[in-house]
Amino acid sequence: MEDQILTIRNLNAYFGDFHAVKNVNMTVYKNTITAIMGPSGCGKTTLIRCINRLHELTEGAYTTGEIYLKNNNILSMNPIIIRRQIGMVFQKPNPFPTMSIYDNVIAGYKINGIKMDKTEMDTIVENALKKAALWDEVKDKLKQKGAFLSGGQQQRLCIARAIAMKPEIILLDEPTSALDPKSTLKIEELLEELKKDITILIVTHNIAQAARISDYTAFMYLGELIEYDKSDKMFTNPSNPKTNEYLKGCFG
Amino acid sequence: MNEYISSKKRERIDKIFKFSIYIITFTILIPLFLIFGFIITNGIKNISIEFLIKNPVPVGETGGGILNALIGTFILIILSSVLAIPFGITAGIYLSENSNKKYAQYISTFVDVFQGIPSIVLGIIAYVWIVLPVKKFSALSGAVALSIMMLPTIIKATEETLKMIPYSLKEAAYSLGVPYHRTILKVILPAAFSGILSGTLVSIGRISGETAPLLFTAFGSNLLEWNIFKPMNSLPLLIFNYAKSPYPEWHELAWSASLVLITIVFLFNLLASIGEKKWKIKF
Repeated sequence: MEDQILTIRNLNAYFGDFHAVKNVNMTVYKNTITAIMGPSGCGKTTLIRCINRLHELTEGAYTTGEIYLKNNNILSMNPIIIRRQIGMVFQKPNPFPTMSIYDNVIAGYKINGIKMDKTEMDTIVENALKKAALWDEVKDKLKQKGAFLSGGQQQRLCIARAIAMKPEIILLDEPTSALDPKSTLKIEELLEELKKDITILIVTHNIAQAARISDYTAFMYLGELIEYDKSDKMFTNPSNPKTNEYLKGCFG
Repeated sequence: MNEYISSKKRERIDKIFKFSIYIITFTILIPLFLIFGFIITNGIKNISIEFLIKNPVPVGETGGGILNALIGTFILIILSSVLAIPFGITAGIYLSENSNKKYAQYISTFVDVFQGIPSIVLGIIAYVWIVLPVKKFSALSGAVALSIMMLPTIIKATEETLKMIPYSLKEAAYSLGVPYHRTILKVILPAAFSGILSGTLVSIGRISGETAPLLFTAFGSNLLEWNIFKPMNSLPLLIFNYAKSPYPEWHELAWSASLVLITIVFLFNLLASIGEKKWKIKF
């Protein structure tokens, strides 16, 4: 069995009176891709937004329970520190429009006021862009604005920006839902490559995508974690009838 | 056949409608062009380098320029910008960041109302608050009145531009562990730069032509004055004083000064639109 990196215990998330995530327990293993799937509004995005403490920024939103990164409870740590260890990529590519490609990749250091010398920055940028499979496409125009890139390239730029911080985990919230099939494939391939260094949690409502790339899959429905297992088992022989129905396309 | 006729009729109505729009627009532009033409024809004859680099001379003497008023106008602009811009931008940030809160909405409405306060009232307020206690007219008191006039435009421009910035940009910064203040200063404000800049330049254009707030504050002077604690001349004040004088040669100088002033206002507005285009960010 792989090492555990993230342990979620009795996690509940609320938006005011609305109970969005209900008593979720799951363990995420190091250097794996874990997919979280489920119909719209099932709480899958809220679940990962609890992990980097973005959830609580919404007015009236709060969480109860525990999430352990190794042995530290994320929910009682400083969110600023947590977010530097757990990166995130969003549904819609959101590079910083005022910054060049180079500055976008190094943004996590630069905006945070972390000082370092030029060569160190160059190395971080080059490595991150290579890992995000974007280096060859942009190495000659690092000084150009990131907003000029195509949607797929922008999304890979956002991935590069997240991994430049050398996080333990990255959370991806439907990262390919705004992209064409070719860009989607490229991102799926790079995630396979990335999991050697980083643990990946990906939210998707694309069942085929979850099946293609994930080692573990969680199925959520109406805020509850219905089933969580190895993807091989989940997609061939799910233990919960609800999962079976969802996979067959009966709802969702 | 019937359909054919009705479509003909529709085309005719469309043509009349389009034509009316052109005609009405041109009609309302006519007085505007007349005003410009009038100022240019009356003002241009005295315009010379000398006019711009010499101070006014007493009645009876020929020549003389508007240097003191020109310098005074720029000093007043710089001073009021220094006073208004930091507060205006900060208030704009506050309003956009708290746009869902009741009291911020009240303040926002209040700022809108503030825009409609007659400028003479602001002049009187600066007179009561600053001139009376120190018993001295000064450029500083004039700048205070002008900066209060600038505030609503800057606040509104900042607020509206910031509201256009998608939340996803903020989330991008948060997800990198960037604290709130750095997110605002390093990510959100730079993205709003073009809107804030153009709002500020428009507000500068607006105050550079103001006379009323300066009547009881900067007061005006015939000398070239650099000291902001002393009375200072400005282009609108000079125009006002020359225009109401009984001397025809002063009236002519007033026209020329008006031309200079309009050119300055025009340049600020031009800069505003160039700056807005150059740094505009589409989301």
